[in-house]
Amino acid sequence: MKPHALIFSGYGLNTEDETKSAFEKAGGTADVVHINDVIARPKILTQAHIVVFPGGFSYGDDTGSGKAYGNRVTQHLGEHLEKFLSRDTLMLGVCNGFQIITSAGILPGALIANDNARYTCRWVDVEVQNDSPWLRGITEMSVPIAHGEGKYYAPEKVFTELKAQNGVALRYVEGETAKYFNQPANPNGSMENIAGITGYGGRCLGLMPHPERAVRFTELPHWTYLREEYVRDGADVPKDGPGLTMFKNAVEYFS
Amino acid sequence: MAERITVFSTVDDARAKGFLRTLTGLFPKTKLTGVHIAAAYTVDAKLSAANLKTAAKHFTNPTTEAYALGTIPVPPGAAFTVEIGFLPGVTDNVGRTAQETIEDATGYVFKEGEAVYSSLVLFFSGALSQKEAEAMSQELFNPLIERATVVPARTGIPVTVPKVRLHEEQRADEVNLDISDEALTAIGKSGIADKDGTRRGPLALSLESMKVIQKYFRGLGRNPRDIEIESLAQTWSEHCKHTIFADPLDEVREGIYRKYIKGATEKIRKQKGKKDFCVSVFKDNSGGIAFDEQYLVTHKVETHNSPSALDPFGGAITGIVGVNRDCLGFGMGAKPIANVYGFCVADPVDTTKLYRDKQKQQPLLPSRRILEGVVKGINHGGNQSGIPTPLGFVAVDSRYRGKPLVFAGTVGLIPRALKGRKLYTKKAQAGDYVVMAGGRVGLDGIHGATFSSESLSSGSPATAVQIGDPITQKKMSDAIVREARDSGLYSSITDNGAGGISCSVAEMAKECGGCIVDIEKVPLKYPGLSPWQIWISESQERMTLAVPKKNWKTLKKIFDRHDVEATVIGTFTDSDRCVVRYKGRKIMDIDMDFLHDGRPVGVQKSRKPVRSHTEPTKASRSKPLGAVLHELLARPNIASTSFISSQYDHEVQGSSVTKPLQGRGRVGVDAGVIQPVHGSQKGVVLSHGFAPWYSDVDTYAMAACSIDTAVRNAVCAGASLEYLAILDNFCWSSSNTPERLYELKRAAEAVYDTAVAYGTPYISGKDSMFNDFRGYTAKGEAIHIAAPPTLLISAIGVVDDASVAQTVDFKMPGDRIYLLGDTDDELGASEYFSLLSGVGRAVPQVHAKKNARLYTALARAIRAGHPASVTPVGRGGVAAALAKSAIGGQLGARVNLRKIPGKAKSADSILFSESQGRVLATVRPGEEQKFERLFKGLSFTCIGDVTDTGTLRVDVPGERIDEPVARLTESHRSTFKNWQV
Repeated sequence: MKPHALIFSGYGLNTEDETKSAFEKAGGTADVVHINDVIARPKILTQAHIVVFPGGFSYGDDTGSGKAYGNRVTQHLGEHLEKFLSRDTLMLGVCNGFQIITSAGILPGALIANDNARYTCRWVDVEVQNDSPWLRGITEMSVPIAHGEGKYYAPEKVFTELKAQNGVALRYVEGETAKYFNQPANPNGSMENIAGITGYGGRCLGLMPHPERAVRFTELPHWTYLREEYVRDGADVPKDGPGLTMFKNAVEYFS
Repeated sequence: MAERITVFSTVDDARAKGFLRTLTGLFPKTKLTGVHIAAAYTVDAKLSAANLKTAAKHFTNPTTEAYALGTIPVPPGAAFTVEIGFLPGVTDNVGRTAQETIEDATGYVFKEGEAVYSSLVLFFSGALSQKEAEAMSQELFNPLIERATVVPARTGIPVTVPKVRLHEEQRADEVNLDISDEALTAIGKSGIADKDGTRRGPLALSLESMKVIQKYFRGLGRNPRDIEIESLAQTWSEHCKHTIFADPLDEVREGIYRKYIKGATEKIRKQKGKKDFCVSVFKDNSGGIAFDEQYLVTHKVETHNSPSALDPFGGAITGIVGVNRDCLGFGMGAKPIANVYGFCVADPVDTTKLYRDKQKQQPLLPSRRILEGVVKGINHGGNQSGIPTPLGFVAVDSRYRGKPLVFAGTVGLIPRALKGRKLYTKKAQAGDYVVMAGGRVGLDGIHGATFSSESLSSGSPATAVQIGDPITQKKMSDAIVREARDSGLYSSITDNGAGGISCSVAEMAKECGGCIVDIEKVPLKYPGLSPWQIWISESQERMTLAVPKKNWKTLKKIFDRHDVEATVIGTFTDSDRCVVRYKGRKIMDIDMDFLHDGRPVGVQKSRKPVRSHTEPTKASRSKPLGAVLHELLARPNIASTSFISSQYDHEVQGSSVTKPLQGRGRVGVDAGVIQPVHGSQKGVVLSHGFAPWYSDVDTYAMAACSIDTAVRNAVCAGASLEYLAILDNFCWSSSNTPERLYELKRAAEAVYDTAVAYGTPYISGKDSMFNDFRGYTAKGEAIHIAAPPTLLISAIGVVDDASVAQTVDFKMPGDRIYLLGDTDDELGASEYFSLLSGVGRAVPQVHAKKNARLYTALARAIRAGHPASVTPVGRGGVAAALAKSAIGGQLGARVNLRKIPGKAKSADSILFSESQGRVLATVRPGEEQKFERLFKGLSFTCIGDVTDTGTLRVDVPGERIDEPVARLTESHRSTFKNWQV
């Protein structure tokens, strides 16, 4: 049986479809389910191997990003998700999903307004910091971000605890795309360049960048340049993008 | 008693710092030292103290925030407190979410009239006067939709509840039409008079139209009611019926739309024969073409100009969210897959003060704030809806100062068929329910922006300016596209735009032959609306559906699960009548024929205008060319607007192929490629073309160049002429004058000729014909500003393999640079002449047949993978195109333009002429022959090489430009530097 991902939707989440495709491309199956349908039938969580809170703009970021959806999750699904995570499962929160799961208290800390105080869409490079099953075999990858509130913050005590548990998963570094475009590595002023963190022994990953928008080679921001390099070297032009590995890792975790 | 909850940050707040940056930038001499902010929620509901506390907790992230109930705590050092909130009736998205959060957290259900109102609280620190604090707050709010309270920090801010209170009697008034022509004219012009003599706002009905209405109701033996006249005014309006394009103009009996636009498409489709890819054109809310066996792609571009002049943020967000509904309203509902935008504005540094009234009480917003506002509007609308924005532009001309043009477009994707039903056709059936889904109805947009709040009781103005609510619409969009459409539960759907349900229901009623609506069933935002107001309100985020009775319960359940309100408001019939009832009483009963086709046809006559422009003198054309290039790159029409592209999400949906900013140097481009269906290699190429400046000399050339540019931009990105469709958006001014009509006719002729030559059919279009501002200068003198006749052409093409797409940046040193096409002496109305403060006469002419051969060859070369970069030559000529490619690649070039094909001979003409049909391409060494072979018999020259010297060296007759690419990059980025992310 193929590992199955349940992807939350509703109230302005909007990255469900590409997340679903990424899992399918990686060899898994995925369903997009409205949060109200999960609330009505929380049992479906028991049939999922992977739960994803995808990116989006739940409740328009009104009252603070991820807050209103996070409240709804805690209010109606808190126990069920706890139970889900008590099994050997995986959870992923991407961008708004990351904001939601920190807001719901599933991961520690908070995401606050970018230092430039503006919604920013660009590519970043992240370096893997821990051994989360989501990140196996990856050392560094280029992925896009698109957010207004992506600056990771945690009070000192919480942060110390996070580090002690090896929960820092991804940091922004001056890698391939930052160098290529001559842009700062850290796009939002995030604490210690944090791009993603994990909980539950690495099984639950929250990150601001969007790996599901980096599954095709032609999604890369400089692929027409790279194509020239490959062609001139007489090499084949790749088909896949760097983000796909994360979804393959998740699928492989269950096989 | 309303209670206020305030939430403030307990950690460093970048948004507060952003305000400080903005204000110290605007007031360089200010003693402002710090800004703190807080979010306030004024809860006007009978919540218990415990529930209020629960609510506050839910608004607060304990890691980074704290809350206070009652008095707003003032941070130490604050001198002034400013509260900015909405005026009554203005869409308050944050307030709505706050209300939902409270309901979800406490179980309390808000009663009618209860609500939460959001506001922003700012604290200014530093030695400021009340006057300075007020001047600063002026920069942060728009008095048309918002209110600001500025008080010394030690004084508390009073609790304000911006509740709408309407005290009018709600009824349908009979309107006596047994009156003189003068009185009829007055109704048509200023609206129906209320009892106190005030008029309800313009109907834009001519005396001729009023007389037709008078005659119709005389025939029925009764007077009309207000709702009937209002309804006719909406349905017959220029906005809905496009009268200028539909009615005869001179010898064009069938009107210019039928002859030139539809006529071009018909001819092209016939010529294409089996290769015709048009599926649904001109008849639906968007135009639809084949994508593959399984899907169609749709496209529609709208303008939202007048509202954006008053409230740029609200105007633009409503524009983009509104055109998304044109996508949802295509066939049975297409999924929005890309947004495009275009802003035609005055130079943001233009500080001329203008007023709408002689008393100078109503200033126009400064041009800088208009650009800021529209940028932010598309940001919120597009980003929150989860629709990528791969393409857009900014065009600048001082004549957009009165009214900006705000273009917003949406591309959609829809399966051709499902379970044997064609999803691109629809037909409401007699007996189907009329269902309204989505947002609720308020006074928004009644009579457009001319609506004034005076007709409401004093102290409770509800505004006519609308603000889109992307999340309400996203919920509705998800419900439709993800579930309802594919369950086959409705027989027709359309969006509510101009004219609200009066237009959408009446339009759908054409499909079956009539309707009957019970107007009191329409859910309202607040009580007190009269039937006619409900009928024509343009409140956003609503779709109208025709639902077979047996399907209603199932469909309602889908909407409920998505938390979307949907209500049965009537029934479609085959009675040939459009009937509206209010509490059981018939208040409107008009023949469908009369409603839709009763409008008297106007007779339009044009006259050739006399315009003369002188050529800039030789002396003025003697500036050093290198310096000119720097200046050109910094002019807002060419300068980098990367601050816009980078704040619009172009990666969402995982469809991005080429980016709006390309190459190491991130230069802006005029085309984008997306790959919308996961698992399919097929791509969609989008591009735009516009050339309003050429209208000063010749609108035929302007229109032809707009088309040529859009086509060229698309082909350079990877599209082919065989699979390219276009959309037209005319934005004219003073269109009731014979001179402008002449210019319109000439443009329409070019629209026909050029599209037919390229074989690119029109699939959809829109017009906005009165982009005029009539107001007063700072001296109190009357002023009329007319936007230059503008045609935006948007192109959409399908390619089999998106991975052949091309970008504009130079790739590798040693690559050969080719210039394709002829460079003629065509500097008329060019950016170069504009820089010299001249116009000139020789605007570019389009040689479409010749260009078509070149574009076909280029498309073949790109498909074969020969070029390493492709750049269309546009505004600023070949010099600007070379600079952009160099900046993009952060590479130099060595170029010789002394002997290039074409009639341009002088150095400045060669560099800056804006001759159409030209492209720069770079080719890998060793591929030259293969590349050149494809262009046999066409104009092309190898003009030089890409270098790693870091300088752009260009030889022209008698001169050499030699400029470091780093400096060119700096110039290109200088203009909007402080707007940068």
